[in-house]
Amino acid sequence: MSRTHSVTLRAVLRHVLLIAGAAIMLAPFIWMISTASKPQTEVFSSELHLIPYRFALVENLREAFAKANLLRFLLNGVIVTISIFVLQVMVALPAAYALAKLRFVGRETLFALVLFGILIPPQATAIPVFLLLHKVGLLDSYAALVLPFTISVFGIFLMRQFFKTVPDDLVDAARMDGISEFGIVWRVMLPAAIPAVTAFGIFSVVAHWNDYFWPLIVLNSEQLRTPPLAVAHFRNNEAGTSYGPLMAAAMVIIAPLVIAFLFAQRRFIEGITLTGIK
Amino acid sequence: MAQIELSAIRKSFDGTDVLKGIDFRIEDGEFISLVGPSGCGKSTLLRIIAGLEPQNSGEVRIDGRPVDAIRPSARNLAMVFQSYALYPHLSTFDNIAVPLRMRRLSAIERLPLLGPLLPGRRVKERAIRADITAIAEQLDIAPLLRRKPGQLSGGQRQRVAVGRAMVREPRAFLFDEPLSNLDAKLRVHMRAELAELHRRLEATFVYVTHDQAEAMTMSSRIAVMMGGELIQAGTPAQIYNDPSDIRVAEFIGSPKINILPGRIRNDGGIDVLGTALRLACKATAGDCRVGVRPERIELGAGPFSGSVVHLENLGAEAFVHLAIEGTALRLIARLADVRHLPAMGSALAFGFPPDAVRVFDPAGKRIELRAEQAERIREPAHV
Ligand SMILES: Nc1ncnc2c1ncn2[C@@H]1O[C@H](COP(=O)(O)OP(=O)(O)O)[C@@H](O)[C@H]1O
Ligand SMILES: [Mg+2]
Repeated sequence: MSRTHSVTLRAVLRHVLLIAGAAIMLAPFIWMISTASKPQTEVFSSELHLIPYRFALVENLREAFAKANLLRFLLNGVIVTISIFVLQVMVALPAAYALAKLRFVGRETLFALVLFGILIPPQATAIPVFLLLHKVGLLDSYAALVLPFTISVFGIFLMRQFFKTVPDDLVDAARMDGISEFGIVWRVMLPAAIPAVTAFGIFSVVAHWNDYFWPLIVLNSEQLRTPPLAVAHFRNNEAGTSYGPLMAAAMVIIAPLVIAFLFAQRRFIEGITLTGIK
Repeated sequence: MAQIELSAIRKSFDGTDVLKGIDFRIEDGEFISLVGPSGCGKSTLLRIIAGLEPQNSGEVRIDGRPVDAIRPSARNLAMVFQSYALYPHLSTFDNIAVPLRMRRLSAIERLPLLGPLLPGRRVKERAIRADITAIAEQLDIAPLLRRKPGQLSGGQRQRVAVGRAMVREPRAFLFDEPLSNLDAKLRVHMRAELAELHRRLEATFVYVTHDQAEAMTMSSRIAVMMGGELIQAGTPAQIYNDPSDIRVAEFIGSPKINILPGRIRNDGGIDVLGTALRLACKATAGDCRVGVRPERIELGAGPFSGSVVHLENLGAEAFVHLAIEGTALRLIARLADVRHLPAMGSALAFGFPPDAVRVFDPAGKRIELRAEQAERIREPAHV
């Protein structure tokens, strides 16, 4: 009797802790939705209330879409993240295949360099890459947003680890059947590695959709802005920050990720457990 | 339809010699088994024949032509792997179709979206479909063509892998332990099926296995490998009855051949356990080892005696484990008649006929017994 008692007590305690953690994580989002639903006067009122007295979400959204070309920015986000992901896969898969399945002199050294590459933060190479793009004349373009990320050492590492688990016999069978080495990458390894590619895709798309730092550095033109830049732009408007529309815009730009998450929740969780990213 | 010749094949991995000069010739239409314990280099040799692994030195010739510079697929050999190595994302049909599509379709026709629209591809696809249907009928896998490998049982996967090998009509089939992932019953059944397939196709089969029973039951010829060397090749009966090396004698046959310590006297006579055998040889005097197969041990009479320490009754036959009196040696005798089993612990006399004896020198090489001597001792069964 007492045992079930202590068990339920512990379960309650555990859930209280989890709920508290969840509340801390969710608070900013809830505040965002709350603010996005308030008229300007309520945003600046001194009392704190979560539920607005007058719902102004539609107005705020309308203002957000009127003030900035949000659809264009969303499209930019889609173009940039998809291009980055496709190019990353095109580079990472053959590289990972070579590192996992081909025998050549210096393979281990190359792999060590890949691991080393993971340690380098992107900010450390930002200025050289910026100068390079400047010299080539590619600043302020889609290329500037995409090219620096096409070689993902993390992607190479992840795919290489996954390819290691694909049996050698499968590769040999493909060779016997007459498939070329590149053919093996796309026809045999890619289909076998769909879970890993999905996981990497989630990681890559989330990281680059939300990236603020790099687009801020290389972009000037308004029409190229990615979603996070667009939101940030609501701040230093001449007439002071209008928080309602800003939060409404923030809602709009995180919406694609949230919707994607709801649709592919299981894949998402699988992918994140697979990569070990949190 | 191919004859495969290996000359002086050597291979080392990271400085370890795995193959130490293999010379061998596989005749057209033969079912040859490469048999030996795990790690002796069988798979490596097979992969060298296939072209999946380059040898360090030596030459592989198929139908007289060196193939060392030729890609695996262009050698036109087919291989069946231990793990079957089916493409997990493709249906049975598409798995079998891969080698045909790779050979018959051009690169453009193979493109994922555009390819199927080309008129030439449709004609070729129809021919491919016909070929696959014919193979599926032969192998009894027609109802499985739409399934993915994950939905097939081990035996079914095995058949699909064989189908993928057959469909391209290769010059020779290479098998790498294709039955070792199956359960015991199915393995015995598939042995018969593979042997039958060989008779029907009349193609060259090179079959790698560590299971001597598979080698004995299926092949027209067996090549025994040990430690990177090919130590004997011959028909199953030759290998079983006439092993040239004690390692061959011990590897082939189940239960294992009985090995007893012996001595060659100065006059060429042979003593075992202190009893003289009516046999002689030309070898120099010294220690030797004497091998007798379990089915040649005769229980009930003879110059030796032992006590029964263990009985294995398999129903159709039984194995009697004897501890030889006065020694720590054990030996196994096969009893064909299980109705008269000796009691556990009972003492038994035993012996063996002279023609059952195989003698090996301390290095393991077979010692030839003198022929006239062996002939003379026809009458007394026991020494
Ligand atoms: N790719 C490889 N790299 C290093 N060593 C290998 C490789 N392939 C096989 N070996 C070694 O070669 C020896 C023979 O292997 P293998 O031909 O697979 O033996 P078997 O098929 O007779 O069991 C083993 O000791 C194995 O460890
Ligand atoms: Mg092997």
